[in-house]
Amino acid sequence: MALLSNTAVLLGKELRTEFRSRELLTTTVVFILIVIVLFSFTFEPTSDESRRFGPGLLWLAFLFAASLMLQPCFLREQHNDTLGSLRLSVSDPFAIFLAKLAANTLFLLLTELFLLPLFAMMYNVPVAGVLPWLVLVLVLGSLGISIAGTALSAISAQARMRELLLPLLMLPLLTPILVASTEVTKGLLDRAPYVQWKGIGFLAIFDLVFLTALWLFGEYLLEE
Amino acid sequence: MVKNVLAAAAVFLLLGAAAYASFFIAPTDAKQGLIYRILFLHVASAWTGLTAFSLCFVANVLYVLRRKPHWDWLGVAAGEVGLAFTTVVLVTGPIWAHPVWGIWWTWDARLTSTFVLWLLYVSYLLLRTLIEEPDRHALLSALFGIFAFLDVPLVFGSIRWWRTQHPQPVVMGGPGAGLDPLMYKVLFFSWFAMLALMTLLLRQRYRLEAMRGDLETMQHEVEAA
Repeated sequence: MALLSNTAVLLGKELRTEFRSRELLTTTVVFILIVIVLFSFTFEPTSDESRRFGPGLLWLAFLFAASLMLQPCFLREQHNDTLGSLRLSVSDPFAIFLAKLAANTLFLLLTELFLLPLFAMMYNVPVAGVLPWLVLVLVLGSLGISIAGTALSAISAQARMRELLLPLLMLPLLTPILVASTEVTKGLLDRAPYVQWKGIGFLAIFDLVFLTALWLFGEYLLEE
Repeated sequence: MVKNVLAAAAVFLLLGAAAYASFFIAPTDAKQGLIYRILFLHVASAWTGLTAFSLCFVANVLYVLRRKPHWDWLGVAAGEVGLAFTTVVLVTGPIWAHPVWGIWWTWDARLTSTFVLWLLYVSYLLLRTLIEEPDRHALLSALFGIFAFLDVPLVFGSIRWWRTQHPQPVVMGGPGAGLDPLMYKVLFFSWFAMLALMTLLLRQRYRLEAMRGDLETMQHEVEAA
């Protein structure tokens, strides 16, 4: 119970910090927008091609954006020297991770939901009919990205070349998320949309495996 | 010193015997002809690479729990040796694929997942070099090693389900799969020889890392004094 209440307090702190400036959300939205526009130059996006390549493009953009967005997650605490006090304030350090990954999932989801209609419009793919399913994939995918990404950003924050290191650690590790969410999204954006349960189950398993790993090993990541 | 030379000589004799067996003892494949013989190097290296990565995982977990530097040394040694064997797999694969499939590379399940595995361990080794403090880099790279190893079955599963072209698993691959019994024997012998080579490399690399660790400790002591 203490874990949940601690997490809630810390999550409040994360959200307050971000919504004071909103700089993380703004820059990420602009970044994804740039990627989406640049992608359109690499192939002529007819509607059929968009259905084939769009989902992969979208998830690649989210993944790259996340690898930038997760940078300040622990770095901020380090700059302000607040990690030590954070650790002292909670009985279980897992609460710190839970709060941070919940906040990151939320930020990612917000940017994704903001960009989805833009993507649908610019690439000529209707998404309204399958929206609930699409949101489910976005939630599961973003959760997976955030779980692994939060853990890795705790690692990279303590290294040199950290800006380059985080994507290097994160992107190969998240290959399963990229493959599965792209496939499920592809099914949903098909001319005859269908739900790929296998992919959805796979995403849930990925989230569960890494959440368990974080629960088991997270405290060691925060050692001083 | 003499012991090292003898051990190395024994391993090279074994490797020579394995090479002889794969070229002259194993029967020629009915469909693929001679080129299939690369299997004995390719598959044996793949299994050996996976063995080394598993060792690396065990060493990583033990380091996190026990914090004894020798688990860190074993971790980095196994990671590097595993990477070397996986590189052999990635090089011999296209050499076989070109005449048999007509292409060097295809984005199929096992090629891609082996490649991702390779990338993960490159990142693992890179991470170690980017953290100054010895205790920190040992701990953090061990943790990343654990995450990477947990990721391997997921990478493999995702790519296998959604993208595939590789020949179905030949060994333990269900009905219709399987090798000639003699080929099996040669394959397992090659694996054995490769494992001997792995052990030799692992031992050398471990000692090097141990010396480096001792040197680092001494340097710290000198600086502190």
